[in-house]
Amino acid sequence: MKPGYYFWSGDIAAAEGAIFAGCRFYAGYPITPSSEIAERMALRLPQVGGKFIEMEDEIGSIAAIIGASWTGEKVMTATSGPGISLMNENIGLAAMTEVPIVIVNAMRGAPSTGLPTLVGQGDLMQAKWGSHGSYEIISLYPDSVQETFDLMVDAFNYAEKYRVPVLFLIDGMLAHMYEKIYVPPEDAVERIERKRPTKPPGEQLIYEPDEDLIPPMPRIGEGYKIHASGLTHNEKGYPELTPQAQERLIRRLNDKIRKHAEEIWKVEEYRTDNADVIVVAMGSNARAVRTAVDEARKEGIKAGLLRPITIWPFPYKYIEKYAVDYIVAEINYGQIYHKVKEYASGNVELLPKMGGELHTPQEILHALRRYKK
Amino acid sequence: MISAGKKSTMELLREEVESLLRIDRLPHVWCPGCGIGITLNAFLRALIRAKIDPNKTVVVSGIGCTGRAAGYVNMDSFHTTHGRAIPFAVGIKFARPELNVVVFSGDGDLFAIGGNHFVNAARRNHDILVIAVNNFTYGMTGGQHGPTTPTGAYTTTTPYGNPDRPFNIPHLAISLGAPYVARWTTYHLMQLQNSIYTALHRKGFRVIEVISQCPTVYGRRNEMKSPLEMMEYFRKFSVRKDDATFDEMELTYNGRIVVGVFRDVQGIPTYEERYNDIIRRAQK
Repeated sequence: MKPGYYFWSGDIAAAEGAIFAGCRFYAGYPITPSSEIAERMALRLPQVGGKFIEMEDEIGSIAAIIGASWTGEKVMTATSGPGISLMNENIGLAAMTEVPIVIVNAMRGAPSTGLPTLVGQGDLMQAKWGSHGSYEIISLYPDSVQETFDLMVDAFNYAEKYRVPVLFLIDGMLAHMYEKIYVPPEDAVERIERKRPTKPPGEQLIYEPDEDLIPPMPRIGEGYKIHASGLTHNEKGYPELTPQAQERLIRRLNDKIRKHAEEIWKVEEYRTDNADVIVVAMGSNARAVRTAVDEARKEGIKAGLLRPITIWPFPYKYIEKYAVDYIVAEINYGQIYHKVKEYASGNVELLPKMGGELHTPQEILHALRRYKK
Repeated sequence: MISAGKKSTMELLREEVESLLRIDRLPHVWCPGCGIGITLNAFLRALIRAKIDPNKTVVVSGIGCTGRAAGYVNMDSFHTTHGRAIPFAVGIKFARPELNVVVFSGDGDLFAIGGNHFVNAARRNHDILVIAVNNFTYGMTGGQHGPTTPTGAYTTTTPYGNPDRPFNIPHLAISLGAPYVARWTTYHLMQLQNSIYTALHRKGFRVIEVISQCPTVYGRRNEMKSPLEMMEYFRKFSVRKDDATFDEMELTYNGRIVVGVFRDVQGIPTYEERYNDIIRRAQK
């Protein structure tokens, strides 16, 4: 895309941001409210020499991008609630076999078919715990069309750097909302490529980690005779079904993210200085909170907004940092609330919505007034 | 006469086959008398004969007994999730059409849990060779009935006989337009190897069904306790008929097994070829 200003939806920004980040392979299955991402990719990827394929379902879509990632491509799929539920088994495969992939989840009202066209935030915990087992992924959640575009570069960089699935959350509101957006010149951002083997085939163990706990990643067709399995495996990639191998592998898969958490954390702190009460909100819901915080400040309430942009690994140090009362405003019946409660020293109040609409500034303001000192 | 110190053709071939195996992973998990090793051997020998570069060949398996095949080949190889070998392979092939992509997996994996992917990948005619080992049962989990268990057969989940109807795999593949469709048994060593050899030279979604013995959990519940009895069954009840009708391809309980190359047509554009046109159009 030529640098300049555009008028795009969150979905279009997600697709264009991915291409800007270097994504050249997309496999997906249409689902509201993410379908426009697939449509944009179908149009744009062949123009830049990339590949787009519409698969038979979401399970096939994620399997295809995992396969394609092993050829060295930067890959993505996009979906929404029912689709992400179907993808979860293979998110576990990508985590276990350390394959860089980016998955966009445009969250809608849920559970089940729920509210296909309306906003929800019910998949925040699922993003972390969706597949079976103890593993770490990275999850990002922007609040505007511009941030969707910009953050896509980070999503691909994280996926490539840490060899991990990145769950890129947007929501039904953001997916379909149009805003003015600036596309920077191609060379304005840093793009990270996955680490390549330094040893020749035969000498390189496929899952031998460096000091940063991340193994270099060979490509299919280079003679490395890769073997990757979802079974618990050793550094050769061979199945080794023992508690010792499990301990070594699963500890490393978690630690490679946990030990780099602070590099991965992105948080917006809005008027949190000297605050008595801080609202924690994410995605498009944070926009109403920002307005409410401004109004509350005018009324003499020392309010602030803490917006985790990195949802996972959860940026808990930012919660610990403030000795305040917290209000967690989320469009579900309490998810990130539990994480905030885990790390807050003061009171934590849940301000839930079951889905379908954002909080209004008035609702947030009403809650904040109870904290006037 | 083989002179001392020189290796016989058989020995050389054995070495070549071994070079395509991860010898350091042996012994394998398969039971004594299992037919998966025979099928894998036929595949490796066909690959050697076809002079295909193993460094440009990828083997993808799903889950199950046959799913373990990817773990033994000394090539880029992937042991994926249950049922998902085909879409995983589709991603590889679509991203890098110059690679030879082979799916080597079992009947339950490919046709029950992975059935949707088989159907749609065949319809799109991805350039992938599918070697489908059909042992009539879920072996890894102890012998439950699957999508290919013949009606009437006894398994751990059909203790009174199977009320279910099995897939007619060649019929299914042909109806979806797959350009190369064959069926053999593990008794048909040379025919199977020749068929894989031919299929390696063809393009598009190629399907070879290999009827294989599972004496351990299937045969022993169905009057064929030993591997030999199962092989005897394949020998006695197999009939080659390349022009078999769909009805003749049906498999029945301990009944006739029609084998052969049921379809071998060339020139049908693959998905990957058709997408090249898309790229050209998009860049005009």
